[in-house]
Amino acid sequence: MKRGTVFTHVAVAGLSLVFLFPFVWLLTSAVKPDALLKQFPPVWVFPPTLQHLRELFAPDSPFQFGQFLANTLFVCTFTVMGNIVSSSMVAYGFARLRWPGRDFLFYAMLGTMMVPAQTMMIPVFLLFRKLGWIDSFLPLVVPPLFGNAFFIFMLRQFFLTIPRDLLDAARVDGHGETAIWWRVVMPLSIPALAVVGLFSFLGAWNDFVNPLIYLFDETRYTLSLGLAMFQGQYETQYGRLMAASALMTCPIVVLFFFTQRTFIEGIKMTGIKG
Amino acid sequence: MHGQKGAMTRRQRHELKLGLFFVSPYLMGLAVFLVGPLLASFAFSFTKYDIFNAPKWVGLDNFKSLAVDRLFWVSLWNTAFYTAFAVPLGMCTAFVLALLLNRKMAVRPLFRTIFFLPSIVPLVAASVLWVWIFNSQYGYLNWTLRPACNLVSFLTGSRFNPPNWLQSPYWAKPALVLMSIWGVGGTMVLYLAALQDVPKSLYEVADIDGATAFHKLRHVTLPMISPILLFTLLMGLIASLQTFTQAYIMTKGGQPGVSTLFYCLYLFQNAFEYFRLGYASAMAWVLFAVIAVITAIMFKVARRFVYYEGSAE
Repeated sequence: MKRGTVFTHVAVAGLSLVFLFPFVWLLTSAVKPDALLKQFPPVWVFPPTLQHLRELFAPDSPFQFGQFLANTLFVCTFTVMGNIVSSSMVAYGFARLRWPGRDFLFYAMLGTMMVPAQTMMIPVFLLFRKLGWIDSFLPLVVPPLFGNAFFIFMLRQFFLTIPRDLLDAARVDGHGETAIWWRVVMPLSIPALAVVGLFSFLGAWNDFVNPLIYLFDETRYTLSLGLAMFQGQYETQYGRLMAASALMTCPIVVLFFFTQRTFIEGIKMTGIKG
Repeated sequence: MHGQKGAMTRRQRHELKLGLFFVSPYLMGLAVFLVGPLLASFAFSFTKYDIFNAPKWVGLDNFKSLAVDRLFWVSLWNTAFYTAFAVPLGMCTAFVLALLLNRKMAVRPLFRTIFFLPSIVPLVAASVLWVWIFNSQYGYLNWTLRPACNLVSFLTGSRFNPPNWLQSPYWAKPALVLMSIWGVGGTMVLYLAALQDVPKSLYEVADIDGATAFHKLRHVTLPMISPILLFTLLMGLIASLQTFTQAYIMTKGGQPGVSTLFYCLYLFQNAFEYFRLGYASAMAWVLFAVIAVITAIMFKVARRFVYYEGSAE
């Protein structure tokens, strides 16, 4: 019994070092002087330098962190709001209203979740092109306004747990369904809505394919597109690349530490993995 | 009531209208971003279309070309290879981590956080990081592998060097598999939650029967968490078949040679670099068909191997 516990601790501690090491490498490389970056075996103790970060924040830097961050946050904000409002509205229709065809449509929606996005990619691109939306944020922020099947499913499951009496009481008081959804159900669903907000924020922050297809002007790059393009140009400038990578990762890690519980709950509820 | 067959009462009509109103955002999205594009790309797959000139009907030509396109088969093989290793290895790693964390242990939340953290690193940032980790000259991975290689060299008498990873046509795909395993934290959290839901009484009964640890794993744990195993397997397969970002960033569009030319990368190149939209649409439908078949098979298999609590058979 005792020996088993010791073994578990040793194994877990060892494995956690393996999982942590890439972070150590990321952070040390980001502050390692250029002269030491290309030394083998790697140097682990050295006077840290802010040279790479300073280069990133230079006005002529091809990786404009401030600009890319602002663009990313803009897209994230609209994605989060669109997803919260639309997905919850649709989820309410599936969870708390009874109407012919509801269950059929709901199961059809579940079925659509396995259709790969690549199958729709080309016609959707042509549609946005026709609308003149290429090289704007619209192709990124408009689709979330129509809800997302994963979030609708998750919110529906949550809405189903709200006691029926509560909604009936509101109906007796003469409230319409829209008011019930917005004023009764939404305030009661803050934990589930937080999950939707968090995951759609992450989705928009991490999205690479859509910015790659739709954004061309550098002033409109999101962080992920900007970092990818930067990597394409400065393949061997590992110090600067790691600094930029760390800048993109840090906000997410900080966000995680503030919202750990929501994160874990969200994964259990949806099965989406971060 | 109006006695007409199939006609709805006023109340039903009202309910239908109200329901449709609430789901209307999704319905519109379904039409504009799913059903419409799905049909359109199906139609495009029978055409030659370069964006600048109107699509030209070519019948089955795209599919016939696919059948003899070496790169199509290469990309299919690369994707299958990557999926065949990344998905099972990722699931096993996540399962082992979850089993370990499920045991009595100090500072469990800390370890859970450490294993989970890599899975939230943005894929682009992770890709940039791992290019540097895989760097065969200066990366820390080969620094850690070198002693082992030296030992093997010493024992066998012939020189063994750590792999060149992303520069080697043989090691580039395994490298991407390795990187994917770093991100299994989300799956681990799912497994951990499932493990904690297994009723303790089942293990107690097994103990009374004198079951070994292996028997408990085989006959209690695995059947009880089989629904989540199936779910993660299916989701993992679907996601893995759509691998794109890592290859686009880390191996510059499928290098070395075409060893990391994944299916969706080749599809993307056809669509947005060579402007062969009809051809790319045909590829997109092949992918859709493959995923549909896999999903169908999985649900068939599930009925035999997956235990759903409360299901009476």
